[in-house]
Amino acid sequence: MRAVEDALGITIPDNARIIRNLISGIQYVQDHVIHFYHLHALDWVDIVSALKADPAKTSALAQSISDWSKSSTDYFKGIQDKLKTFVENGQLGPFSNAYWGHPAYKLPAEANLMAVAHYLEALDWQRDVIRIQALLGAKNPHAQTYIVGGMSIPVDPNSQNALNAGSIAFMHGLAKKAHEFVEKVYIPDVLAVAPFYLDWAGHGAGVGNFLSYGEFPNDNASNTENLWLPRGIILNKDLSKIHPVDHTKVTEYVTHSWYEYSGGDNAAKHPWVGETNYKYTGPKPPYEYLNTDEKYSWLKAPRYDDKAMEVGPLSRMLVAYGSGHKRVQEVVNLVLKTLGVGPAALFSTLGRIAARAVETLVTAEQIPVWIDQLAANIKKGDLKIHAGEKWDPSEWPKEAKGYGMHEAPRGSLGHWVNIRNGKIANYQCVVPGTWNGSPRDANNQRGPYEEALIGTPVANIEQPVEILRTIHSFDPCMACAVHVVDPDGNEVVKIKVK
Amino acid sequence: MKFVSDDFLQEASESMESLGDKGISRRAFMKFCTGMAALLALPASFAPKIAEAIRGKKPYLVWLEFQDCAGDTEALLRTTAPAVGDIVLDVFAVEYHETIMAASGKQAEKSLMDIVKNNKGNYFVVVEGSIPLKDDGIYCCIGGRTAVDIAREVCGNAIATIAVGTCATYGGIPAALPNPTGAVGVKEAVPNATVINLPGCPVNAENITATVVHYLTFGTLPNTDKLGRPYFAFGKRIHDNCERRAHFDAGQFARQWGDEGHRQGWCLYEMGCKGPETFHNCPTVKYNAGTSWPVQAGHGCIGCSEPHFWDTMSPFYRRLPKVPGVSIESTADKVGAGLAAATAAGLVIHGIGRAISPKKEE
Repeated sequence: MRAVEDALGITIPDNARIIRNLISGIQYVQDHVIHFYHLHALDWVDIVSALKADPAKTSALAQSISDWSKSSTDYFKGIQDKLKTFVENGQLGPFSNAYWGHPAYKLPAEANLMAVAHYLEALDWQRDVIRIQALLGAKNPHAQTYIVGGMSIPVDPNSQNALNAGSIAFMHGLAKKAHEFVEKVYIPDVLAVAPFYLDWAGHGAGVGNFLSYGEFPNDNASNTENLWLPRGIILNKDLSKIHPVDHTKVTEYVTHSWYEYSGGDNAAKHPWVGETNYKYTGPKPPYEYLNTDEKYSWLKAPRYDDKAMEVGPLSRMLVAYGSGHKRVQEVVNLVLKTLGVGPAALFSTLGRIAARAVETLVTAEQIPVWIDQLAANIKKGDLKIHAGEKWDPSEWPKEAKGYGMHEAPRGSLGHWVNIRNGKIANYQCVVPGTWNGSPRDANNQRGPYEEALIGTPVANIEQPVEILRTIHSFDPCMACAVHVVDPDGNEVVKIKVK
Repeated sequence: MKFVSDDFLQEASESMESLGDKGISRRAFMKFCTGMAALLALPASFAPKIAEAIRGKKPYLVWLEFQDCAGDTEALLRTTAPAVGDIVLDVFAVEYHETIMAASGKQAEKSLMDIVKNNKGNYFVVVEGSIPLKDDGIYCCIGGRTAVDIAREVCGNAIATIAVGTCATYGGIPAALPNPTGAVGVKEAVPNATVINLPGCPVNAENITATVVHYLTFGTLPNTDKLGRPYFAFGKRIHDNCERRAHFDAGQFARQWGDEGHRQGWCLYEMGCKGPETFHNCPTVKYNAGTSWPVQAGHGCIGCSEPHFWDTMSPFYRRLPKVPGVSIESTADKVGAGLAAATAAGLVIHGIGRAISPKKEE
């Protein structure tokens, strides 16, 4: 969307800008909580151990770290009973065949029981608070109100078919609920669990270079100088210098990827001249191993100025921290102080988890601000949601190209588009999963996942939970390696006639 | 035809009293059953029957992800009736689901194979994502096995396979022209499997649970249209249940994003809405606990639950053509995606709709 708007020189109206901020913002909050409790916690939490917990001590623990109301002995007893019948039934469902009892699990039984309770609470919470996005985006996942030039969701305080005062109140109610859970459950849980795993502040560092495109325009949607989370780059873990981002320095290699480039597979191509010509050269399935000396991945290897970059909440928080974002600095410093560690601890598996929690809190605090901005803008009488001057392709130049940068929950997402004769001639996406999960490039540089795993201690090679901890800390999205390939440019918009 | 083993039914009927053993309160359980009865458009008196069908040992369910974006998994996480926690932990034994399961690697694959071997013909499969067939299926491998190889074994031995989302049903976005990996839906990849199609992008997860409860309640899979879609969810056109239908009939159309008509909830037909040729229960079930759906949020339907919608329903913002001599009303049922295909053939050019109001021609 932003790539096409950039190519056509469109600035979206303020209402659309704020609505997009809200849709992305609540997604950060909801997605990070799901990641922590449902996609990552079980690498640290032994749910079977929770059966041995003393509910009274669990209650005491919970009340010592937060004034969250669901913390009575009876409450935790109920959770434990539920877990007990679940386990005794013999059908462990999604918890089957995991590494329960592994020596790398360090939490006391009571902390495990508390985490199980919050795992279940977060399941209910997340589907409720994301309704902010459903209201503004029609549904979640896959919001459907984004259009080139703005949004399709109308605003009108005097209509029952548009965003009105009732919608503002609805969003405020959910935003409050979102913030409360983050402040009283998620943050205290991270701070309570982390001390048992402080050694993980020394593992999983990765490449040490961090990229953030920045997100959430504060005023004019086309002004990338004034973003709530700033744009910038950190090199070699040096927080004292934030480098600017120049999109022309983004390139992709296919040296170790199952694609071929015109001009040879050692080339690095900028997305505007990017190619996606697939050529599988791996083993014939079924196979056990890939030969990593050759090509071994469907992911291309994105590089910035020929360097591998980590993207995601840690990158965003480090760039914000180094750029002087006051609230981010406050919360990061508070977390570091509480854990008794210095900023160097952030460059780690644990650092990724902490940064994600920090980002969730500051974003949850910001959502009501954006809701109020939307209300204030409507109050001014501004009902515009769409800049329609370029809606009709006949108004477009014969050739145009653009790029759009976005910070998705799991990291930097860039789209580059070439438009010719009103159609897409080339479209390249460089997504967070390829930045973090990239294979090696022509210079044999490893990507963040590969680099982060070096030196990881593994207690039991048959049950490598330690590997999961570091990989999961990136919030991987391997499904994003599914490509829609368009070798001839215009073919995607060709329509079959039956 | 029976889709469930006698042992399963026997076990189920013997354990009415053991409801509490599953860790959910009777009240919560009955609430769930009532909710399901409502979704299936059954009288409330059916709720106990649904409860009877479900009690006892939890039915096994494995969830496979192939060429997907996990959007349908995300949809599953948003279900409210019943809540996702109940589905994943209490209603079903979800023994395999890459995204949410604790196990990884070898241990995860063991969970899957344990079900296939030990519960042959007695488990459900949900498939999310398309299956590439080109070049022996090499474009999607999990643990060194191709998606099509896994699907044949797992879906071929299941009670039934529920294909969720448009990718698993008809190939979806990966199958969009030029379909470089030869992506197809489950039924095409595994023709001998019993497949129920629940398309949508993403699937409306309330329809997943409704399908399974239908089966558990009536002992049969729900009746489907010729595209394998259950009538209870895909029996009506969006247009027929649309909250803006009165505006269509009155000839009141939004013409620009944010204009007076758009702000007043007028019909989105001229903005390219594909509701007149799309079959889905979006207008009645909606999404995210009934919060909204595309038309309510001011955006036309893009026909995402129709086969090959990416090719046949685009351009999304070009209004459906008025095929000469035939009204929208009589054609949508008969020709389905054919109207959009006609658009592609160039029979209608952008903008013509403004000159021809469907109301005027009736």
